[in-house]
Amino acid sequence: MRKAFAKKLTELVSGNKNIYLLTGDLGFSVFDEFKEKFPDNFINMGVSEANMIGVAAGMAMRGKQVFVYSIIPFVTFRCLEQIRNDLCLQNLPVKIVGVGEGVSYGTAGPTHHAIEDIGIMTSLPNLTIISPGDPIEVEKVVEQSLNLTSPCYIRLGKSGEENLNSPEIDLKIGKGNIIKQGGDIAIISTGNMLSIAVKVSNILKEENISPMVISLHTIKPLDENLLKAISKTIKHIFVLEEHISSCGLCSRISFFYSQENIKVNLTCIGLPDSFVYLVGKQDFLREIYGLDAKRIKDKIITELRR
Amino acid sequence: MKRGNKTVIEELFFKTVEIREKILVMHAKSNESHLGSSLSVVDILTVLYFQILNIDPANPYEEDRDRFILSKGHAASALYAVLAKRGFFQEELLDSFAENGSKLSVHPERFSVPGIEVSTGSLGHGLSMGVGIALSAKRDNKNFKTYVLMSDGECEEGSIWEAATSASRFKLDNLIGIIDKNKWQAYDRTNKIQNLSSLKSKWEAFGWSCKEVNGHSLKELINCFENIPFDIGKPSMIIADTIKGKGVREIEDKMEWHYKSPNENELKDFLRSLRKDL
Repeated sequence: MRKAFAKKLTELVSGNKNIYLLTGDLGFSVFDEFKEKFPDNFINMGVSEANMIGVAAGMAMRGKQVFVYSIIPFVTFRCLEQIRNDLCLQNLPVKIVGVGEGVSYGTAGPTHHAIEDIGIMTSLPNLTIISPGDPIEVEKVVEQSLNLTSPCYIRLGKSGEENLNSPEIDLKIGKGNIIKQGGDIAIISTGNMLSIAVKVSNILKEENISPMVISLHTIKPLDENLLKAISKTIKHIFVLEEHISSCGLCSRISFFYSQENIKVNLTCIGLPDSFVYLVGKQDFLREIYGLDAKRIKDKIITELRR
Repeated sequence: MKRGNKTVIEELFFKTVEIREKILVMHAKSNESHLGSSLSVVDILTVLYFQILNIDPANPYEEDRDRFILSKGHAASALYAVLAKRGFFQEELLDSFAENGSKLSVHPERFSVPGIEVSTGSLGHGLSMGVGIALSAKRDNKNFKTYVLMSDGECEEGSIWEAATSASRFKLDNLIGIIDKNKWQAYDRTNKIQNLSSLKSKWEAFGWSCKEVNGHSLKELINCFENIPFDIGKPSMIIADTIKGKGVREIEDKMEWHYKSPNENELKDFLRSLRKDL
């Protein structure tokens, strides 16, 4: 996903020199082409994320289109008050781009994991939050983010994610992307859990279950129309996220339905309220936490039989 | 420097007295804190807004205007009083300072009234935003300047030094920092909390060109601002030695006036004290 981001941004800046990329000393091999072709639009701010956000705010006050980039915990938690006061409070359309959602940086350890950032970032007014499902969604979202008039946070996976959408897809920030139509149940996925969601839907066919699969890339604002619509036709909704469920997408959806007094069967499939101390690669950790396709399928079957 | 019968300095001094009067009344009426912090920056703000900044109250968002950021946002009452006097909005609005439903909160907010460039209130944010404005101005070959007023206590924030490092790295000689060195912070003398006595050498070590001035000498301040940048290719820092609560003998250099506001009798005494030197 980070390669898709870099590729798209390089393409966009070639036609728009008002775009700036600020990085907190990250992006080796990812931004090499951008840096070489557009050195004036690339600024390595060094390892000083708080300053990077403030500088981005100042540049945005003068009408610059600024993307700031780092690994998620560093570009969110480290500089949270700068994001709150300098960007959100002043409603400046800076794009915060974080890499390494969930346990993409699995072996790097819990300092590098991003399993509670949705909870923290969704608490900030004025901030749009987007977690694209595949590299194609990344490209679409990055392009459209230039039209936003308020700040946004784009959380990316890392590398090696497969494309699950067609390049021609008509994707819109704020609108859930229906990957597969289906009748019985819905699997709503955010971010890089999309490939797992698609795998789960394929193996559920063997059980004669045909799930609808939705990539809910925009976590805030929620696509309320879509959530209302599926609540009328779908018997059970499963929300997949590589994030703590109690402060993530699933809790937001649950809050929405309860406030609207809409009764739905809703199951959160995510991480527990705990740091991931276990060392391992993303696939290994997903298996441990029941976030691989087989375990999710089993969980869905169990829930449906309850 | 003569204008009619009065010198520029005399005219400015008269303005500082009127602005201090306004501030005293605002705090007495609202019962809000930070009176001492506001009084210590009046001379700096008056010189900037009436003598130095290229601004037009009739066109407050003009692209090429100079920018001023009050990073020590708790002195907003002083900024409001100066902006009103300079014609950015009606002076009557000052009467509503911190009242329910007022446009004027105790810390300044960007969308409240014309002339407030950024929202501040949490210390250590203003300089980074100033770097962003000054950096983008350089990239666009704009000649305006960006001024950021901080407090000495604020220099305890780590983010100030991240910003200081980047300002010199980008050679922002269009960026001017001012430190209101009134030697008090919220709960004690600054030099009793963290040792900031060597502020000048610290800023110089971070690549800034620094001058120390008497922050209440209008003449020294004007002279200093008129010589910016002190060095081509370097951000300029003015360390202004000030007195917390300046102008009212009874409250000068007293920590409790970071919190207290004058009651009716005190207000009368303070206003008299302020006028004494006229």
